[in-house]
Amino acid sequence: MSLDVGTGKTTMEPCLESMKTASLPDLPYAYDALEPAISEEIMRLHHLKHHQTYVTNYNKALDHLRSALSSGDHSSVVKLQSQIKFNGGGHVNHAIFWKNLAPVHEGGGKPPQDPLSSAIDAHFGSLEELMQKMNSEGAAVQGSGWVWFGLDKELKRLVVETTANQDPLVTKGSHLVPLIGIDVWEHAYYPQYKNARAEYLKNIWTVINWKYASDIFEKHNRGLNEF
Amino acid sequence: MAIRSVASRRTLSSLKESSSKLLGLRGIQTFTLPDLPYDYSALEPAISGEIMQIHHQKHHQTYVTNYNNALEQLDQAVNKGDASTVVKLHSAIKFNGGGHVNHSIFWKNLAPVNQGGGEPPKGALGGAIDTHFGSLEGLVKKMSAEGAALQGSGWVWLGLDKELKKLVVDTTANQDPLVTKGGSLVPLVGIDVWEHAYYLQYKNVRPDYLKNVWKVINWKYASEVYESECK
Repeated sequence: MSLDVGTGKTTMEPCLESMKTASLPDLPYAYDALEPAISEEIMRLHHLKHHQTYVTNYNKALDHLRSALSSGDHSSVVKLQSQIKFNGGGHVNHAIFWKNLAPVHEGGGKPPQDPLSSAIDAHFGSLEELMQKMNSEGAAVQGSGWVWFGLDKELKRLVVETTANQDPLVTKGSHLVPLIGIDVWEHAYYPQYKNARAEYLKNIWTVINWKYASDIFEKHNRGLNEF
Repeated sequence: MAIRSVASRRTLSSLKESSSKLLGLRGIQTFTLPDLPYDYSALEPAISGEIMQIHHQKHHQTYVTNYNNALEQLDQAVNKGDASTVVKLHSAIKFNGGGHVNHSIFWKNLAPVNQGGGEPPKGALGGAIDTHFGSLEGLVKKMSAEGAALQGSGWVWLGLDKELKKLVVDTTANQDPLVTKGGSLVPLVGIDVWEHAYYLQYKNVRPDYLKNVWKVINWKYASEVYESECK
């Protein structure tokens, strides 16, 4: 950055030129691998259409952002924030979601071990109670959104939260780390479960990848004292 | 035990509930699912019979059921002077009441082709559309674009601003009725863009749904509402 002391203006180097674009991550399993909890049809649409669209539109928005910044069009920079938040959030959230799921034969549904297991018992009483809480909050989301199981790094505790539309968990608190997110947009379950979101939530636990959640938890736990 | 009396009112051009029951001595009304004025399959191929049946019998019914539950809880909380609960209930009332209001309008916004569905508006409304949007195509394009761009769940509306005496296109989130965007707004046509409104047939392609739904839009009803508000 160079500072023009005379006029008080600053100019940015074109750092955005080397800006990385987002790309659709591959699923770590076959589209039918989560059946019967989540149908192949849903997994295909969800990954190849919905997530891909978020990636495409996020990249487009970033492109427009680069142009707007280059031309000093701050009105457009601000106007683009909604597209960036929505599509970028969609990309971030779904990238986590695919890792939150695993086929049964790869550990999907297998309960977490310590230290996450003890932490869950300490905060929610038991794994069942955590699941129940997430199911009821997920079912109660009005419209589209996500239900999250997260770690509050600052307060050193586990939380259940919901976010609207494609808002990532961090929008509910910058020290929140997502461990598990469950998509409760209708596209996540409708072809299979129709309006019965509660059924979808009941069944999805059979393919939740607690190993991944434990890895994230332990990574952040290392820096913390006794949890 | 509260006395229930059934009071049924059906008014075609009225936006009021088509049937309601009186519950309790204070007269808190509960609501029931209005019948569709056509068969579930009558809007095909624009909207599949499967979607219409689930949309009406499951989604709208659930809003009605949950709205009634919230109203009963509200009645109790008000009687007890439990202001905290009264306030806490506002979310369930707005969401489910809004869902009931919006879908009741929606079923009237649609008609089978053989009952005038898709037939362009004539008379006063037709003229007003040309004045405000250039043409019906212009209006359709604008509503389809705004409906497609809606982030998450919601509705796209053609409304009349009674105060400013002009037609508007607006969107609302989730089950917010049009009036939440302005106290003088009257809904003429609302299109549900929640995924449940189209997913089974159109999957993720909301724009295709929006392109096709116009073939079964009931402009006669919209005209009636417009003319009655313009008196």
